[in-house]
Amino acid sequence: MTKNEANGIWVFAEQRNGVLDKTPLELIAKALELKETIGEEVTAVLMGQDVAGLADSLIAYGADKVIVAEHANLKVYSARPYQKVAVELVNKYKPSIFIFPATAQGRDLAPRVMCTLGTGLTADAVDLGFDDEGAFVQTTPAFGGSLLAHIAIPELRPQMVTVRAHVFDAREPDFSRKGEVIVETVEVDADPDYEVLSVEPIVKNGVAIHEAEVLVAGGRGIKNEEDLAQLRELASLIGGELACSRPLVDDGWLDHSLQIGQSGTTVKPKFILNIGISGSVQYMVGMQKAQTIATINTYDRAELFDITQYGVVADYAKIVPAIIDEIKARK
Amino acid sequence: MKILVFVKQVPDTTDVKLDPKTGNLNREGVVSMMNPLDANGIEAALQLKEKYGATVDVVSMGPPQAMDVLKKALAMGCDEAFLLSDRVFGGADTLATGYTLAKAAEKIGDYDLLIFGRHASDGETAQTGPVTAAFLGVPQISLAKSLDVQDGWAVCTRDTEDATETVRAKLPALVTVCAEINTPRYASGKGIIQAMKKPRTTWNHEDLGADPAKCGIPGSPSETKRLFEPKHEKVDTVIFKGEPEEIAKQFVDMLEAQHLL
Repeated sequence: MTKNEANGIWVFAEQRNGVLDKTPLELIAKALELKETIGEEVTAVLMGQDVAGLADSLIAYGADKVIVAEHANLKVYSARPYQKVAVELVNKYKPSIFIFPATAQGRDLAPRVMCTLGTGLTADAVDLGFDDEGAFVQTTPAFGGSLLAHIAIPELRPQMVTVRAHVFDAREPDFSRKGEVIVETVEVDADPDYEVLSVEPIVKNGVAIHEAEVLVAGGRGIKNEEDLAQLRELASLIGGELACSRPLVDDGWLDHSLQIGQSGTTVKPKFILNIGISGSVQYMVGMQKAQTIATINTYDRAELFDITQYGVVADYAKIVPAIIDEIKARK
Repeated sequence: MKILVFVKQVPDTTDVKLDPKTGNLNREGVVSMMNPLDANGIEAALQLKEKYGATVDVVSMGPPQAMDVLKKALAMGCDEAFLLSDRVFGGADTLATGYTLAKAAEKIGDYDLLIFGRHASDGETAQTGPVTAAFLGVPQISLAKSLDVQDGWAVCTRDTEDATETVRAKLPALVTVCAEINTPRYASGKGIIQAMKKPRTTWNHEDLGADPAKCGIPGSPSETKRLFEPKHEKVDTVIFKGEPEEIAKQFVDMLEAQHLL
């Protein structure tokens, strides 16, 4: 669809088991910022079964409108039924922008919707805005996070994008806000060729790193896996959690759920100590909103020192045990 | 069973810099390699081949030198290689790439399973697999941590934000794999020698019967307007100096000031 016929900013309001994902609430906040520039309404699109009750929340968080598409065959997420309904809604209402959370579901669904609509889809944006020429641009890390790119979808609509979790802050909900709820009657078959056989909830140990107020993160400079015990001990002494940059996940030392950065999790802790991390773009994108940043690295020109308030240029293997001893001596 | 694995040649990402004068990518001296997750895709296919018997074809879109990654795939144990190479394909976004790859899959034909790495290390979109599945009209399982084939269905485990799902998709289906799925094998010396005799084919858009308007730049709704190195507001850094014990004292003073003890 072309530029002239499209209007409105849509956010895909992902729910799983009748519970809203938090990322769409963050995306609504960003969509409201875009609205200030282009003046188009913000609509949340909710798909599932018996999910209409979630519409009030979406309005409380800032959506002007909520489109609800309910059907028994949408109860459990499956790519092709969701793809069909999303495409039908887009073709009916013609939004100019369609934002998806970069979740497992959003990443699975958005490319298929894009393909059917024949438009563009930017992946894993860390910012959305307008450039000097007024074009809607999506900022996304490229080349392993060594660079950032501005991507635009100049001619076709909707301009689709997936956006990472925890990049934007959701607004404070206002349950007195009024908005319009549009209930769409949809017909959709179940996908006979796709089945969810079982769902095992992931038992999370400790606090998820995006919720932690204090983090101690290790990176490529950590010389051996055993040294992680020191980092863990230090984290626990200062009331924090262990996290890491990508190399330690690639090496299989730590789980992906502990990875900070574009290909991991975006974090905004009050305090973060980075140990043996030089600071790739993709890492810094994931933690630069931390209130206080401390860094221990042997290389004094590591990029991360640019955004570091408190630095130590030395071998962590000597410094971390000394810090642990000093904390224990004072306790 | 016929398995198609899709691989991409990517720059070794830690080397990529912008030319300070032109603002363009400086590719000089940048080493190319097989996208790491595509090696996981090949390994997954080869394990199925060893378990059940299969032919494993490997497909890449790229310039002529992308044949290097296909040779590597053949040396690992894939049976036949197809390179989609044509100036018409250049500058493709994920929509145009998915279109071209789907055309190749259709031309190869009779496929049961298509395997992609979850994402490529250069663009990191994780879209090309699902887009190709959408063009072919086949079901997909993205982010697979395990893969087996049972009774004509691909069976995988995959993680969502809060659960591990076991899902199945009826063949023909497309699966994108995560790093956790396996450890890719190395090509053996024997494999490298055998690879030299394995068939390799290069196709252009005419061979594929692909519409040039749907390929490359003309077929790409999205465009990269600008690549840039991010600028950070440099902050004043307090550097703690001295012997480890002295540094530790200053550091812990700071932690106390931050109310962390």
